Amino acid sequence: MKIAVLSGKGGTGKTFVAVNLASAIAKSIYLDCDVEEPNGHLFFTPQNIEKEEIKIKIPFVLSTLCDGSRKCVNFCRFNALAYVDRKLMVFEELCHSCGGCLLVCPNEAIKEKEKTIGVIQDGISEGVRVISGFLNPGEVSGIPIVKGIFDKIKADNEPVIVDCPPGSACMVMESIKEADYCLLVAEPTTFGVHNLAMVQELVKVFRKPFSIIINKVSDDKNPAKTYCLEQKLPIIAEITYQEEIGRISSDGLILVREKPDYELLFAQIYKSVLKELKR
Amino acid sequence: MKILIPSEQPNMNGEISPSFGRAPFFLVYDIEQKAEEFIKNTAADNRGGAGIAAAQLVIDSGAQVLIVPRLGENAAEILATSNIIIKKSVSPAIKDTIRAFVNNELANLTSTHAGFHGAH
Repeated sequence: MKIAVLSGKGGTGKTFVAVNLASAIAKSIYLDCDVEEPNGHLFFTPQNIEKEEIKIKIPFVLSTLCDGSRKCVNFCRFNALAYVDRKLMVFEELCHSCGGCLLVCPNEAIKEKEKTIGVIQDGISEGVRVISGFLNPGEVSGIPIVKGIFDKIKADNEPVIVDCPPGSACMVMESIKEADYCLLVAEPTTFGVHNLAMVQELVKVFRKPFSIIINKVSDDKNPAKTYCLEQKLPIIAEITYQEEIGRISSDGLILVREKPDYELLFAQIYKSVLKELKR
Repeated sequence: MKILIPSEQPNMNGEISPSFGRAPFFLVYDIEQKAEEFIKNTAADNRGGAGIAAAQLVIDSGAQVLIVPRLGENAAEILATSNIIIKKSVSPAIKDTIRAFVNNELANLTSTHAGFHGAH
């Protein structure tokens, strides 16, 4: 069973919810798919870490076979190739590893080599198996890392909590593709409503059952709640803003491991999700 | 001698484009013949790597000199493999720039920028 935690913007509390939810379940797997800025591991400080490098394929040229047809240059929609002074140049950071240049070359002058784009760390933090993806700075896409993260848990049956990247673009889609359920974290602000509408549209496209957690709720106006009520969107929990939560989090601690009442709250969220999935 | 200048409009009274890769047009100007030709920069619409495709276009145009206000590092890397001389423009006006080049007033472009990629 996989629960994806996502939001339309950064800073709403995706990692906060995902880390605490995973910790409130006796035995679970936490996946950090926010590979551009993974930070769940800072809270879990996992032990017995195993590392796996993630590699993609990048073209290189056998210049003796290249006759300057430029078929590859014209084919590459990412402009990762240029033909200058009778030589083919490859711009690795623009290559999306589609392999098209190999196919269109009439002389089989292009071959592929491997390039490391990041690493996956797999470790343990109390009852939680923590798997985090790290994309090297400057790389075009973290998708191969997200795929690599999910490959690691193919044979496992424990409940999985997926900490998604912010937004609603390709990497989020890759992160929620396999999810059975989506938790949308939103802030009680007008900006929060806009971003909630975006991700909600996304999970509808993917036909995922979902509910909303409104985080950092205060006595002030709550446009996110108003929006949910108007649109008849299910709110699974509202988490009240507390300075203490902020302090515990900024100390790198996990709230449910410090405060039993919050352990109850997150266990309740998990139970509600299970109940909804059974319906 | 042919020079190439990225331009905002296909017009000699127009201005130089501040962007190389995403300039709408390239002016190819023959100094001796005083002949102008504006070519559409087909690289401009690319989502990424416009500078690379534009540099390829410049090389294929046969121009010996490129005059730009600034240049990204990928384009510079490609152009460095050719014999094209890169000059830094001072005025935004195309006509002033050609005059300044003819009077040998333009310095070589010595620095490049890292580009403005990653907007996806």
